[in-house]
Amino acid sequence: MPFEKIESIAKKLLLSVQDYAILTGRAIGNIFQRPRYIADLIVQADSIGIGSVPIVLLTGFFTGGVLALQSASSLAQFGATAITGELVSLSMIKELGPVLTSLMVSGRNASGMASELGSMMVTEQIDAMRALGTDPVKKLVTPRLYATVFMLFFLTILSDTVGTLGGAVISVFMLGQDGSQYFHTAYQTLRYPDIIQGLVKPIVFGFIIASVGCYYGMTTRGGTQGVGRSTTQAVVVSSVLIIAIDLVISQFMIGVFGR
Amino acid sequence: MVTAPQPTTSAVQDDPSQPVLVFEDVSIGFEGKKVLDNISFKVSPGETRILLGPAGSGKSVLLKLANGLMRPDSGTITVFGEEINTMPEEQLFQLRGRIGMVFQEGALFDSLTVRDNVAYRLIEQKVPEEEVTRRVLEALRFVELEQTVDKFPSQLSGGMRRRVAIARAIVNRPDLILYDSPTGGLDPITSTTIVELVMKQRDVYHTSSLLVTHRLQDAFMLATHTFDRGENHMVPIPNDGLDPKTNFLMLHDGHLVFDGSTHDLVHSDDPFIKEYLS
Repeated sequence: MPFEKIESIAKKLLLSVQDYAILTGRAIGNIFQRPRYIADLIVQADSIGIGSVPIVLLTGFFTGGVLALQSASSLAQFGATAITGELVSLSMIKELGPVLTSLMVSGRNASGMASELGSMMVTEQIDAMRALGTDPVKKLVTPRLYATVFMLFFLTILSDTVGTLGGAVISVFMLGQDGSQYFHTAYQTLRYPDIIQGLVKPIVFGFIIASVGCYYGMTTRGGTQGVGRSTTQAVVVSSVLIIAIDLVISQFMIGVFGR
Repeated sequence: MVTAPQPTTSAVQDDPSQPVLVFEDVSIGFEGKKVLDNISFKVSPGETRILLGPAGSGKSVLLKLANGLMRPDSGTITVFGEEINTMPEEQLFQLRGRIGMVFQEGALFDSLTVRDNVAYRLIEQKVPEEEVTRRVLEALRFVELEQTVDKFPSQLSGGMRRRVAIARAIVNRPDLILYDSPTGGLDPITSTTIVELVMKQRDVYHTSSLLVTHRLQDAFMLATHTFDRGENHMVPIPNDGLDPKTNFLMLHDGHLVFDGSTHDLVHSDDPFIKEYLS
């Protein structure tokens, strides 16, 4: 019966949301309980944060560059190429820096978390961990969650900086603009609400990346095929959520700060 | 002579007459299909229970229920006198300190060395480093794999991985050991080595255990042999004798179709048991 099918799908969806909420709730709360796996947190921060630096630098630089190139050609029609820096820095700090950095980190780390934890699930290593008296959420999920939130914050700042620099390189060396004017407009246009908006986003996105990656990893079933499925789903779901939540945060921030 | 971790006898000391593990009318199902239906049995202190049954009959699920890794839909499971089916996970972690478990494929942590795998529980318990090293070497010596201490699981053969898994299970001197098909997928010679280790744990340290297998030859070897400490290997029990502390359970389609001694098993009139044993 079609109705029964809809009911079963709805129940499964609801159960998944419930499991996700329980997992993330426990992962957040575990930081306040002993034992705390500080060494694991540092290892994850290194792997997620330092390991992502090259892709974040490259993405940030080229995004800033292409933004300057595109903006300059549009602004030239109005004789306003002088505000290229303003456009690049605002776009990078409020939107592209957080979103693109998160998408890159999601592609690299949400998939990594889902496949690593998924492999541990299908080879019974998670069960073995529980049988040995260790809470796998505390040992595996909590360090990943906090490490991602913490490191994504700084990766975004790095991306914003490199993006603005990339825009400057293109503006000065390819478009022949004045460097000091670029940096002056880029700096002068920024207000605290822009910075706040740009820094709130990576905190939320970091949470999405780690929680979705770990959730799909910890719910993996069905051998190596299941691991592959979880990995793909983790990247797809976290990426879509990042873009969707970005809209919500932007709307909220504009509502609060008026810009 | 091979030394091994000395088991604590706290379960026995708690109350020697009390069973270590009790299943009472335990049922569990997945996606509407019952996997175990009204299962009841007991494991006494020092007893080895061999759980037989065809593939897919719910043997591994039963073992996971016994360790609280799964929760039953109905019925009660009591371990060391404590009901575990409603016990919070935090308390279960404490209780599992007295239970060793050997998983089907070993389930060793592939990113850790043999030393760190075996020491895992001790490290978590913040046991001093020297004590950890001493007990890890002791456990590895028991399974005769002392030389693999710095290797990774991927560098070991299937049989060696199972032996490391046994070392990991016994390193904290458990009162109950759960073996999930410890010889599954291994060649006969390696299987015999594993069975001998199970027997050694049974006969030398008298640890209660529940062993899942579908290999009859392993089950009957455990029932008909004993571990000779002097010779350091297993020998047949004289006069075709049977080990009195080794008993059987048999599962079929989620039901417990047999619970009794080796003698009762081989003389059973049940058509399924006859066919299974033939």
